[in-house]
Amino acid sequence: MKYLHLIWRSLMRKKLRTTMTVLSIGVAFVLFALLAAIRLAFSMGVDIVGADRLIMIHKVSIIQLLPISYLEQLRRTDGVVDATHATWFGAIYQEPKNFFPQFPVEPEAYLRLYPEIVIPEEQKAAWFADRTGAMVGRKTAERFGWKIGDRIPLQAPVWRNKTSGSAWEFTIRAIYEGREKGFDETNMFFHYDYFDEARFFGEGLVGWYILRIDDPQRAAEIAERIDAQFANSRYETKTTTEKAFLQAFADQVGNIGAMLTAILTAVFFTILLVAGNTMAQSVRERISELAVLKTLGFSNRLVLALVLAESVVLAGVGGALGLAIGGLLVKALGSSGQIANLLSVFYLPPKDVLIGSALAVALGLVCGALPAFRAMRLRIADGLRRT
Amino acid sequence: MNALLQVVLVVWVNLRTVPQRLGASLAAMVGVAGVVAVMVAVLSIGEGFRQTLATTGDDATVIVLRGGTDTEMNSVLTLDSTRIIADAPGILRVDGAPVASSELFVIVDLAKKATGTDANVPLRGVQELAFEVRPRVRIVAGRRFEPGRNEVIVGIGAVEAFSGLDIGNELKFGNGIWTVVGHFSAAGTLPESELWADAKVVGPAYMRGEIFQSVYARLESAEAFQPFKDALTSDPRLDVKVEREAEYYAGQSRYITVLVQTLGLLVAVVMGLGALFGAFNTMYSAVAARTREIATLRAIGFGAGPVVISVLAESLLLASVGAVVGAAGAYVAFNGFRAATINWDTFSQVTFGFAVTPELMLLGIVYALILGTIGGLFPAIRAARLPVATALRAL
Repeated sequence: MKYLHLIWRSLMRKKLRTTMTVLSIGVAFVLFALLAAIRLAFSMGVDIVGADRLIMIHKVSIIQLLPISYLEQLRRTDGVVDATHATWFGAIYQEPKNFFPQFPVEPEAYLRLYPEIVIPEEQKAAWFADRTGAMVGRKTAERFGWKIGDRIPLQAPVWRNKTSGSAWEFTIRAIYEGREKGFDETNMFFHYDYFDEARFFGEGLVGWYILRIDDPQRAAEIAERIDAQFANSRYETKTTTEKAFLQAFADQVGNIGAMLTAILTAVFFTILLVAGNTMAQSVRERISELAVLKTLGFSNRLVLALVLAESVVLAGVGGALGLAIGGLLVKALGSSGQIANLLSVFYLPPKDVLIGSALAVALGLVCGALPAFRAMRLRIADGLRRT
Repeated sequence: MNALLQVVLVVWVNLRTVPQRLGASLAAMVGVAGVVAVMVAVLSIGEGFRQTLATTGDDATVIVLRGGTDTEMNSVLTLDSTRIIADAPGILRVDGAPVASSELFVIVDLAKKATGTDANVPLRGVQELAFEVRPRVRIVAGRRFEPGRNEVIVGIGAVEAFSGLDIGNELKFGNGIWTVVGHFSAAGTLPESELWADAKVVGPAYMRGEIFQSVYARLESAEAFQPFKDALTSDPRLDVKVEREAEYYAGQSRYITVLVQTLGLLVAVVMGLGALFGAFNTMYSAVAARTREIATLRAIGFGAGPVVISVLAESLLLASVGAVVGAAGAYVAFNGFRAATINWDTFSQVTFGFAVTPELMLLGIVYALILGTIGGLFPAIRAARLPVATALRAL
């Protein structure tokens, strides 16, 4: 600790250079924070999904429907604790660019299967009681300025209504939030009973089933048994864990993870060169000072440690600054504007803050390694001669 | 001595000393190269996707959907409607038959080669004249499917991106087994991502009955569009939406293009800031290293202007070398790189190639030059303001 002052003075020797270096390292970590949020946004919530849920879809593809009669059979299946279903509604609010997902569901059962959905008790009761009532996510409600009791007209191109063609109307009875950060708060849910009765065709058909199983370890075995049960019927099924289902869905967008890793590698490599160059230059300029330190009795190792520490402090300050600014930036972008409308989930996960901090320290060590090594090997006589 | 000569001389003297500061100069160049490479690469994704969809349409080709729908996925047309549409005025006729194809658009799950996970691959049920409606579609291997049989042909983009689509392979979907009998190309356009089969067999397999989703038709000319559209939209028996194929597909690229451009520019701005700080460092240290030289020049009568310009010239040189390296690197590494992503409008996969266009490379280079100018300006001003007497005394 007593050397802290010495390290500080070395860094302040050229204030401008130190500032610029800290800022360029900081920028790299702003980018790191942004890309972490982007990666998360494209991961479709795979990281936070419950391990005990399975998704069952039609074997050919998710756009094919399954009969409602499967529900009872599923609830009786060994290993399945609870089951419900959902269907893609795909309606438009005013114009196509106002996209948000809507699903007819069985309200009670759906909330049982998704305890992540949090709503006040009185809203829950109001929603259950109103056949044309709907529950919307906080983000969507904020986006369109909807409040409890508002009537929302939607145009459904696929699911025509028996009486009013493509026009449907719902009353907002509940606004939900996610129990955890990162849970999708842009969806809208409404009563399947109302949907099934009013729709023009497809009566008794649903999009997919969601199951809760008693033991996540047995997921593969239970899934296989369920699919065998419906094999060779008119509607064959494919059951996977919700995690695998979402992962496959995320992969449909493309290998976002690999792409972002490539960008970050380029950024860090660049910063490594810039910061490494600064450290090397700074040590070169101080050769004679270092030689004096050694003359005073500083050991080789101590000199090595001092230079390394200087580099780590530089990277650490830059990293902390960058992560802080990056965090604020992500927060600002995620709360409103274009990015918030394009991506349903956009925040910086704490895990990535930790990874970022570790990266900053590692960056400092790598940048400082070569100059520190040179400083350690420096012979006093050579160092003093060079002025 | 005239001013121009002064500038040339000082710039020349300065640039000749750049190799002495090779380390710092290289760091600045690599910084700029990194920014340009990443920016161009990210934007080339959006551009490639846009090009694939934008070039798909032809002005003389129209798509007819049900009124109020914006994609084939959502649309439903009855057999009667498709017949009325095919008889409308303006459609090109060959041997008396209208060049039109009533089509189905469904999805089949296939494993993506890159990740091994299932993806929604579009399967199009077409009628015989579909090949006349889209003259760019050409069989490159195997043969066309035979009407009435469970046979599919596969676009070359899909062959590359998804497993199990080689000729002779069998696929199981709908209520039967399908054989891949051919591969086709479509000049880099969207159909290359699709599987095609006879609508007559796709319909029953997907329990669609006598229902179609869209009608594609070739008009006599691009000008025939308006009368054709008017005829259909004023027909009381129909409720349809008529669009030029080009407009239909251009609209679908909007979401992804906007998303990629927004994110790409965001990354470029932030990275540019980082490179700027790096450039400041390099240029300030370059000025510091040249303190005595600059002071000497000033002492023997060179003006402040040429000194400023010489520092700027160095900075711009580093930036432009970096920019060219970065842009060229992005071109070599990413141009034509094949990828597949989801088209949210149709909920199905599109395969496309990254497009590093000259415009994007130029954009990257211009951005780098702006960075170089800013990065050199402040150090240049400092150089010009050096007090000559003290600077001469400097080490």
